[in-house]
Amino acid sequence: MSSVTEAKPAAPASLPAELADKLRPHHFLVAAFLLAYPLIASDFWIVQIGAQTFFLGLIGLSLMLLAGYGGMVSLAQLAIAGLAGYMYAILGENSASLGLGWPWWVVIPLALAIAVAFATIVGTLSVRTEGIYTIMITLAMSVALFYFCQQNYSIFNGFKGYAGLAPPHVFGVDWRGPMPFYYLALGVGAGGYFGVLWLSRSTFGIALQATRDNPRRMAALGYNVRAHRIATYAVAGLLAGLGGLFLVWFNGRISPGTINVGNAINILVIAILGGLRRPIGPFIGALIFVLLDNFAIDLIDRDRFNLVIGGAFLAVVLFSPDGVLGLWDGLKRRMAKTAAERGKDMRIR
Amino acid sequence: MKLFLLTFMNGLTLAALYFLVASGFTLVFGLMRNVNLAHGSLYLLGAYIGFSTAQWTGSWYLGVAAGFLAMALMGLALQILIFRHMEGQDLRQTMVTIGISIVLADIMLWIWSGNTYQFTAPDILSGVAHVPLVKVYPAYRLVVLAVAIVIGVGLWLFLNKTAVGMMIRAGVDDRAMLSATGVNVHLLFAVTFAIGAGLAGFAGVVGGTALSIAPGEDVRYLLASLIVTIVGGMGSITGAAIGALLIGLAEQFGLAYSPTYGVVYTFLIMVAVLAFRPQGIMGKRA
Repeated sequence: MSSVTEAKPAAPASLPAELADKLRPHHFLVAAFLLAYPLIASDFWIVQIGAQTFFLGLIGLSLMLLAGYGGMVSLAQLAIAGLAGYMYAILGENSASLGLGWPWWVVIPLALAIAVAFATIVGTLSVRTEGIYTIMITLAMSVALFYFCQQNYSIFNGFKGYAGLAPPHVFGVDWRGPMPFYYLALGVGAGGYFGVLWLSRSTFGIALQATRDNPRRMAALGYNVRAHRIATYAVAGLLAGLGGLFLVWFNGRISPGTINVGNAINILVIAILGGLRRPIGPFIGALIFVLLDNFAIDLIDRDRFNLVIGGAFLAVVLFSPDGVLGLWDGLKRRMAKTAAERGKDMRIR
Repeated sequence: MKLFLLTFMNGLTLAALYFLVASGFTLVFGLMRNVNLAHGSLYLLGAYIGFSTAQWTGSWYLGVAAGFLAMALMGLALQILIFRHMEGQDLRQTMVTIGISIVLADIMLWIWSGNTYQFTAPDILSGVAHVPLVKVYPAYRLVVLAVAIVIGVGLWLFLNKTAVGMMIRAGVDDRAMLSATGVNVHLLFAVTFAIGAGLAGFAGVVGGTALSIAPGEDVRYLLASLIVTIVGGMGSITGAAIGALLIGLAEQFGLAYSPTYGVVYTFLIMVAVLAFRPQGIMGKRA
């Protein structure tokens, strides 16, 4: 990344210091709850709700990074995740006995590397476009991959895809067991969350947000706007690829249906539902999505899940463009205001 | 040689269908900067409504009219009730259309279930036609081709020779200036959206007769419209025609000569256009 500035801008406070400054009791409560959660919940709640929230949130986070900080709404994130999953199936072992059977410490990094490479290609093609054009082009590429996987039998095993996929047994732990799987998903999810938080405050992240706000000025300042954007696609590709590995471990299978348009749009729904402003948004969105996914049956007819989730999405984009986070911030502001009006709280924030 | 000609004819008729769908899409986009990702849903909903009407009344022509009118009304309602309130917020409008397409797809599945429907055109339009060299060819497909040409020419005349068309073209070039000259832009937007959505519904009935109607077709035609407009250039009817021709022919020739990767060819065309002419073949730089 090129930078011509000689006088360096004031470096943003380091993340740990800033986090320590911002810590509130409820943060500890949330962390303690997440860690203790498997002890109090049933297997269904641990894996189906808990772990799924984390890895869907992780894929949503990759979109949040692109859209929230970079201003690029990509619908190809699930395709990237799916490609990582496919690579895991093809390079490792699967029940179709078509896998290469390589060891996990080769397969996982390689799958992620291929996902990142694909994300870079997607980025290179789509940074030529802006705004709504980006949506269209990434959607078209994502659908192209879907059709390619469905038509190709020699590599992607066509319509059927691959089954019999499981996380590797490492350190003698069965990572598909409810509790290990939960903690693994929690760990990687938290890693992604803090990683994006750190990235957003790094020089790169600040420059990225500046290219979102005013690409022309950044270009005039000597920043290579396209390179910044492509690099962001690559980082987001890593997050999506990680999420994709969890996706195949969770489902135990992958087929073209996993990456069809509906599911690709669900990732957008997750990110928008939660809010694109902060990295926590996609995780909140994923939680709402997973809860609706599992309990929409009780709300309304069992097959009408899409109606519920589509309606929720529509309500959010129509009434609260910043998602649930936006609602929360608005509520906080209003509370602070009323409290101040009452004269109970005169602190200046 | 016969395979080549037959594929060529199939490509032309598919292109005709793509043009019918994509012209509405590109018209709406060009004027309102609204990427209507519910366009595929309008296509499918128009097809279903046309089918049900044709079943009920026994007249295919009424079905076509119903498909067009129902979707035109729907487009009018969407524009007046929703998009008008978020003018200038391109991304948000696009998100809303995604939400609408999710909801519509599910409602359609609810009402018409997952069955595949097929309906037959009137006898005059169906049957076989004798085409030189290819010998026999389904007449209805030639009808689709003719209809697309008529609609295409009609749209061109409408945009280039009428006052409303002139306003639409002016709006594509400079919206703010157009409204400053006293044109009722809201009315113009509503009319354009109604025409675009109506064309989708019309194409739904015409295309549903040529092929079939089933869940999932909405995504297929949405994708086709996207690629056609990306290749042809946003907001240009001529561009939509060129894009539709390229994509339709590529898809059919791909299908005939290398069945596995027919879809990938269309994608390659898109990538090539993006690499060398990002604004599309007939597009103008924003």
